[in-house]
Amino acid sequence: MSEDDTPLLRAEAVTRLYGARIGCRDVSFALWPGEVLAIVGESGSGKTTLLNCLAGRLPLTAGIVRYRMRDGESRDLARLGEAERRFLMRTDWGFVHQNPADGLRMTVSAGANVGERLMAVGERHYGRIRGTAESWLRRVEVPADRIDDDPRSFSGGMRQRLQIARNLVTAPRLVFMDEPTGGLDVSVQARLLDLIRALVADLGMAALVVTHDLAVARLLSHRMMVMKEGAVVEEGLTDRVLDDPRHPYTQLLVSSILQV
Amino acid sequence: MSAPAVPAAYNFAYLDEQTKRMIRRAILKAVAIPGYQVPFASREMPMPYGWGTGGVQVTAAIIGADDVLKVIDQGADDTTNAVSIRAFFAKTAGVATTTRTADATIIQTRHRIPETALKAGQILVFQVPIPEPLRFLEPRETETRTMHALEEYGLMHVKLYEDIARHGHIATTYAYPVKVEGRYVMDPSPIPKFDNPKLGDSPALQLFGAGREKRIYAIPPHTRVESLDFEDHPFEVQRFAEPCGLCGATGAYLDEVILDDRGNRLFVCSDTDFCEERRRAGHCGAKAAAMEPTS
Ligand SMILES: Nc1ncnc2c1ncn2[C@@H]1O[C@H](COP(=O)(O)OP(=O)(O)OP(=O)(O)O)[C@@H](O)[C@H]1O
Ligand SMILES: [Mg+2]
Repeated sequence: MSEDDTPLLRAEAVTRLYGARIGCRDVSFALWPGEVLAIVGESGSGKTTLLNCLAGRLPLTAGIVRYRMRDGESRDLARLGEAERRFLMRTDWGFVHQNPADGLRMTVSAGANVGERLMAVGERHYGRIRGTAESWLRRVEVPADRIDDDPRSFSGGMRQRLQIARNLVTAPRLVFMDEPTGGLDVSVQARLLDLIRALVADLGMAALVVTHDLAVARLLSHRMMVMKEGAVVEEGLTDRVLDDPRHPYTQLLVSSILQV
Repeated sequence: MSAPAVPAAYNFAYLDEQTKRMIRRAILKAVAIPGYQVPFASREMPMPYGWGTGGVQVTAAIIGADDVLKVIDQGADDTTNAVSIRAFFAKTAGVATTTRTADATIIQTRHRIPETALKAGQILVFQVPIPEPLRFLEPRETETRTMHALEEYGLMHVKLYEDIARHGHIATTYAYPVKVEGRYVMDPSPIPKFDNPKLGDSPALQLFGAGREKRIYAIPPHTRVESLDFEDHPFEVQRFAEPCGLCGATGAYLDEVILDDRGNRLFVCSDTDFCEERRRAGHCGAKAAAMEPTS
């Protein structure tokens, strides 16, 4: 099988229970290189649970997540060694948390936040690390003269952009985002969404974006999955799902946003 | 201040034999895995933690009746801390003590490695306050253990990066992190980085005891020890502009002594035994005459 026939990530009947409560259940899909897939649904529908299962941050109760490694081989994530899994997470993957404080080191400078992954993979030249950090700050529109400030002195939007830079510096092939614009003002959100869209397109990354905001899904994603009570009720190209929703629940979601 | 209070009845070197065996097992494991922090069941000692109870327990576990003990604190044999620990072992183990590096078989130390080159058969015991070099950026113990296990040491360079970003150079001068035998990153205890080069390829055995944190680690003789750095900011030791004012030594670690409130200062060897030996051998520094009459 050639690489073109193998998805980057494949979920097979992914299920996660919290005791008797359902986190997510029986979710299957494939994600292709460069594709942006939005996971939408109301609060408590299981979006974060699913994302964490896919990213190897939460053990599955049942099911399999396969990821195609850089060597072309698809591997069951549950069977990766811890060293392999952690290496994957800080090189080939990014994870953007809703709350930037969860994804940043708040007590070290912006430059060190961006440079950390480079140092983790063995970069030992200060000047090069700093140069790369500077160019990434510019790219995410954080003024380069803030490179030595720590993120505690940054606005919410700047922190989120810094978190994105910190994740993208190793050119990951897949980025997970959980409500990346969640905590921000509407105007800040719009700029950040434009930035994310441009970066994802430029770098050709695949992305899994969790959001309860259909406008975010519309703007960022090629395809989307709609979740309800832990299960996927509808899946398809984003424009198709939003313009012609088939499942009654999706119709309800879409109509409620249209009223806003 | 008085020497630690020791109960009337106690075992040789204070600790009971079972405890000493437990500590020796930890030491053996530490020697077998250079730079790896071995947990041990640290005991209460009749002195506060700040006094180096980790080092005291290591010394108690390895000392024998024929040993000759030297204890230094910041390079000096005559501080309260050093005097008390020496008195403690003189009393509880009846061992001979010395201030001469060359005569000692065990040297317990806080903050320095002696200037006089160590020999095979000698053991240097360091008192360690915080054994975990990753603690600065990662407070979670479970996470730092995983990082050691998986050799994920990028974070150490984040710390050095921060130093350069803030100060223009690596400003860490004490407890400067090292990599031991190409594997474990280790905190060498708060010795000046000046002493870091002495850690590597030493003929002596180096043992590190952290009492409050319950950890023992070791550098066996002739082990490779590298100080972490960047290609474009290589590790460098401190240099002193002038020689020791008392013995004239160059290339020794010097302390600054304020002589009066008119800004007169003196730079002298921090290793008091080294300085005295040199003066006994006839070496003389520029300020030696000025200092003599007072003593
Ligand atoms: N740690 C947990 N322990 C027990 N139940 C949990 C836990 N985390 C989530 N759940 C439950 O699993 C279900 C899915 O939660 P999840 O956080 O995945 O939803 P979500 O779609 O991300 O919601 P939101 O939009 O509010 O973030 C909910 O019923 C939730 O109460
Ligand atoms: Mg959520």
